[in-house]
Amino acid sequence: MMSILQTNNLTLGYGDTIIIDELDLKIPTGEITIFVGANGCGKSTLLRSLARLLKPKSGQILLEGDRVSNLSTKEVAKRLAILPQGPIAPEGLTVLQLVKQGRYPHQSWLKQWSREDEQVVNQVLEATKMKELVDRNVNSLSGGQRQRAWIAMSLAQKTEIILLDEPTTYLDLANQIEILDLLFELNEVENRTVVMVLHDLNLACRYAHNIVAIKDKKIYAQGRPEDIVTSELVRHVFNMECEIAVDSLFGTPLCIPHGKGRKVKNRKNKAIAV
Amino acid sequence: MDKYTILRSKYDKISFFLEKKTLIILPFLILMTLLLLIFGLSVGSTIIHPWSIIEHMLGKGTGDYTFIIETLRLPRMTLAFLVGVSLAVSGLILQGLVQNPLASPDIIGITGGAKVAAVSFITFFSAVSIKWLPIVAIIGAGIATFIIYILAWKKGITPIRLVLIGIGVEAGMGALVTMMIVLSPTYSTSEAYIWLTGSVYGSNWNDVFSMLPWVLIFIPITILLSRRINLQEIGDDLALGLGSNVQLDRLILIFVSVALAGSAVAFAGGIGFVGLIAPHIARILVGRSFGSLAPVSALIGGSIVMLADIVARTVFLPLDLPAGVFVSGMGAPFFIFLLYKNRNI
Amino acid sequence: MNPLLSKRRLKIGGLLMGFCILGLVFTLSMALGQIQTPFKTLVEAFTNYNPYSTEHIIITTTRISRSSIAMLIGASLAVAGALMQALTRNPLASPSIFGINAGALFFVVFATVFLSINSLVQLMWIAFLGGAIAAVMVFFLGTLGKDSLSPIKIVLAGAAITAFFSSFTQGLLVLDEQSLEGVLFWLGGSVSGRSIDMLLPILPFMATAGIVALFLGNSINILTTGEDIAKGLGQQVLLVKILMGIVIILLAGGSVAVGGSIGFIGLIVPHLVRSFVGIDYRWIIPYCAVYGGILLLLADVVARLVIIPEEMPIGVMTAIIGVPFFIFIARRA
Repeated sequence: MMSILQTNNLTLGYGDTIIIDELDLKIPTGEITIFVGANGCGKSTLLRSLARLLKPKSGQILLEGDRVSNLSTKEVAKRLAILPQGPIAPEGLTVLQLVKQGRYPHQSWLKQWSREDEQVVNQVLEATKMKELVDRNVNSLSGGQRQRAWIAMSLAQKTEIILLDEPTTYLDLANQIEILDLLFELNEVENRTVVMVLHDLNLACRYAHNIVAIKDKKIYAQGRPEDIVTSELVRHVFNMECEIAVDSLFGTPLCIPHGKGRKVKNRKNKAIAV
Repeated sequence: MDKYTILRSKYDKISFFLEKKTLIILPFLILMTLLLLIFGLSVGSTIIHPWSIIEHMLGKGTGDYTFIIETLRLPRMTLAFLVGVSLAVSGLILQGLVQNPLASPDIIGITGGAKVAAVSFITFFSAVSIKWLPIVAIIGAGIATFIIYILAWKKGITPIRLVLIGIGVEAGMGALVTMMIVLSPTYSTSEAYIWLTGSVYGSNWNDVFSMLPWVLIFIPITILLSRRINLQEIGDDLALGLGSNVQLDRLILIFVSVALAGSAVAFAGGIGFVGLIAPHIARILVGRSFGSLAPVSALIGGSIVMLADIVARTVFLPLDLPAGVFVSGMGAPFFIFLLYKNRNI
Repeated sequence: MNPLLSKRRLKIGGLLMGFCILGLVFTLSMALGQIQTPFKTLVEAFTNYNPYSTEHIIITTTRISRSSIAMLIGASLAVAGALMQALTRNPLASPSIFGINAGALFFVVFATVFLSINSLVQLMWIAFLGGAIAAVMVFFLGTLGKDSLSPIKIVLAGAAITAFFSSFTQGLLVLDEQSLEGVLFWLGGSVSGRSIDMLLPILPFMATAGIVALFLGNSINILTTGEDIAKGLGQQVLLVKILMGIVIILLAGGSVAVGGSIGFIGLIVPHLVRSFVGIDYRWIIPYCAVYGGILLLLADVVARLVIIPEEMPIGVMTAIIGVPFFIFIARRA
């Protein structure tokens, strides 16, 4: 399986600071890949450079085999969508106006609202359950609704691969699950490749086909959650002691951190049954 | 979804998305502008009945008032309209570029450059024919913008840096102008001051036709760039992610904004405030999409300056005051009202 | 960003050094000008006053009033600027944002045109009144609605009020050309041609404001960490803001009333000071006072000498120094 997005010897940094050092990464096509790591480890920086928002200091990024540096930005936009962290909509913008913008790479001066544009936007609004909220101001929506609107915009780009930088931060648990379920479905039904940065390791384990753990400017480990998420990984990547249990609903790894709190139950009465 | 209509050609080769609200408001605004025009043509030191005006425009007039209408009032009102249109659209572009509803050509130094050039011209080159003044002013605006651009460039231009540098350059220009006014001989001082206040007094058809190309070229360009401006407003990362060439678009838009503001200032002096409030009023009427905002802002801006000039030349008869006084004088209270109404936002 | 003078000893030292420099520059200001007076003559003018010596007369009248006024206005504007920047949480704020300059100018023009008032002292009070009224209007507008006195509300209100007053000023000046000549010095700013009589009546107000400012240092520190935090710590946020506003009005209004429209001091000096002493307002305010005075005195000396025999308006001088500096800050932001 060719990888839709990959890096060769990629080095990223700002000024004299190196954040990612000579990294080789292959993003598997048609899967959900999730970057995890401690704060400031460079996962957002890596994601942004994959989306050509940041120029590498050295190395290359290949999108469907083509060098990203050789592609025009519009061409990249037709193949790859990125939703940055915490996007802000101008005051007064409606959901429809926002989602429409996602069609920009496919439009031109004369073709500003083709039949396809209309179909895609309708489809996307259905999928994100935003149809009824179409004329509302984006900024007046609740956190979860707003994020769905932004995702709808990114989906409207109709790209093979979609990158999201912390799409669930500041959302309550129900909204987080809703968003992640939506992305999971998109991947299942439409076979789109999804690459995300998530800060919640447990959610990452549940939804990822492929986890990339980043530490010390390099990839510490990469692979299926079941295979790589161990207490040793957590110790090295997050500098934290934990127990790894198995999620009783989904069977994916569940990280239970050590720490203070009420008295730890003894081994016999462990909370999770295997 | 019935809030908009779609224009589509047979094989979907050409298609446009139009918001219904705008389709209703635009004709209304055009009508209002026309009424304002007729009203303006009828008042003044000689009052002409509106019906005579309409007859004259339709070619059936008695010819009695031709001089007043065609030589005195019409060119002046047309220029006022064009100036208002340019300033409003220039302000609209800047507010989108800079992502700040407070932006306008006056605040970020564009008109400051024109003012320095114009006042220098008036003070030091009074021997040269006045017809060079507009060109000098536009060149001044261009140079100031160039300076701002260079100073703001640090591997690209961010909205914040643009505003800050703009404010600095504006302040510098302001000081230069003040220095020239204070140190210059009396006769040029008041001429310079009147120019700074902004006036369309004594405009003739020559002025109108000199300004017209600027409007006819740059306003359509602005409308063509609507979608790109919309992108600039949601942030650099997203704009880039959606495939727009952010820095290039920004440069082009600044250029257009300067051309519009520069030409307006060149022909009407330092009329301020239109670039600030007209877009705000337009936004209240038709919302956020640039394609709708551009024509609506233009009409509102044009009407404001026309109205200000009408008031300026009639309310204190026989005095003919500069329109700039009333654009600010009426604009500021209105702006305060807007602030009051939006206090809970 | 670590302040240059991190230890308390260094801060005190810097302040003392400031006072010394101030003394020096003050003396310089007394000595230089269209007529250069050697230091000996300077001392003699005070110790052994000779009423027939032109030099002595100049020193004891024009030079001393001009130097004192420049020092005072420089100090006041710098402190007002620091408060302004703290209040609006905007490093680019300066007293003119409050509409003070525009209000003062309008009242002066109005009085000159319609009330034919010519006495400088009277005009000074009128200017002060105008500046105060404009600032109060801005304040009032800024307190409307929720987010009372939020930075952006203040800036917007200031822009509106400034435009409002400017338009009327323009209208009047266009109608009455002669008055334009008369008010030019207000536009450009000037510390010359004013006797101490102009300064003395307003001095108590400005001095009181200055003292209050010194004591506000700690409250401002708390306020700048964030309003919610300040409220959580029990601070009467609104009261502090109002006090700051009053101090700004007195200091900046008084400065405009006496010296006309002088910009940039309120903008630059706080920045310079912050790079030396950090963000502790208990130090920022006294430093601003001292170094603001130094800066304006220097600007005045240069303004006097650079285009002899004419005089550059001091507001232009401060702009010449100020703009490059401002742009430097803006690029770093």
